[in-house]
Amino acid sequence: MPVTDVSHDLAARTLTIVADFAAPPKRIWEVYADPRQLERVWGPPTYPATFVDHDLAPGGRTNYYMTSPEGERYYGYWEVVSVDEPFGFTFDDGFALDEQFTKNTDLPVSSNVVTFVEHDGGTRATYVGTYASAEALQAVLDMGIVEGSSAAINQIDELVAG
Amino acid sequence: MDGEDAADAWFHALSDRTRRDILRRVLAGEHSVSALAASYDMSFAAVQKHVAVLERAGLLTKRRQGREALASGDVAAVRSVGAMLTELESLWRGRISRIDELIAEPDPRAEPAPPPHIPKD
Repeated sequence: MPVTDVSHDLAARTLTIVADFAAPPKRIWEVYADPRQLERVWGPPTYPATFVDHDLAPGGRTNYYMTSPEGERYYGYWEVVSVDEPFGFTFDDGFALDEQFTKNTDLPVSSNVVTFVEHDGGTRATYVGTYASAEALQAVLDMGIVEGSSAAINQIDELVAG
Repeated sequence: MDGEDAADAWFHALSDRTRRDILRRVLAGEHSVSALAASYDMSFAAVQKHVAVLERAGLLTKRRQGREALASGDVAAVRSVGAMLTELESLWRGRISRIDELIAEPDPRAEPAPPPHIPKD
């Protein structure tokens, strides 16, 4: 299992995940820099992601949607704040209203810090996500993360069984 | 309180370090409010206010015994707060396991032309 450590900070509404990958940082960076690879990992299997625009550069924007099993589309975007190729980047992840990717200002934005460090011939990746408020966290969960996560959990189970 | 109001109350209550410290103590065992107040460099009234915030959020319950108010932590409520972050955790765990599978595949650059850019509509 690649995930080595998880910590929740209830007071700061922060989730930190540490994972080890069996490939150098450059390879992990490419997963995020290439929209075709990114869409294979971003959405849960039952909510596949399609990245329409993807610019992993400071000030760059990414527009994507996830498609539900019923064919419904959920639009989202990233605003890339900073990059340190191939060692990581920071971005704000928000929801969009429609296929023009107009920001949905009623829904929360999370700020995310992603770092890739060389470790034992592979990469140690650290993901820190911060939500502005409990309301924000709850709204994100209400958006359907529950369905998404149960799919993800099942997938992990399959992986372990396999 | 509905789910969102409860969540707001939990996180508001937990955003203060004195309240987190009080909660840790009362989760370990029942404490009288006066015994709690003796642990902090602040007035009894101030500690009482912190206890009240935790109580309103449902993270702590109080009962009276004689002249004393005894406080204990509600383990189930604390677990519910953690569960919200656990849901997000599983989303990220899914992403990470998919990256692991992706990098185990042959190098995509070794393959012929990449698929065309998906148009907007």
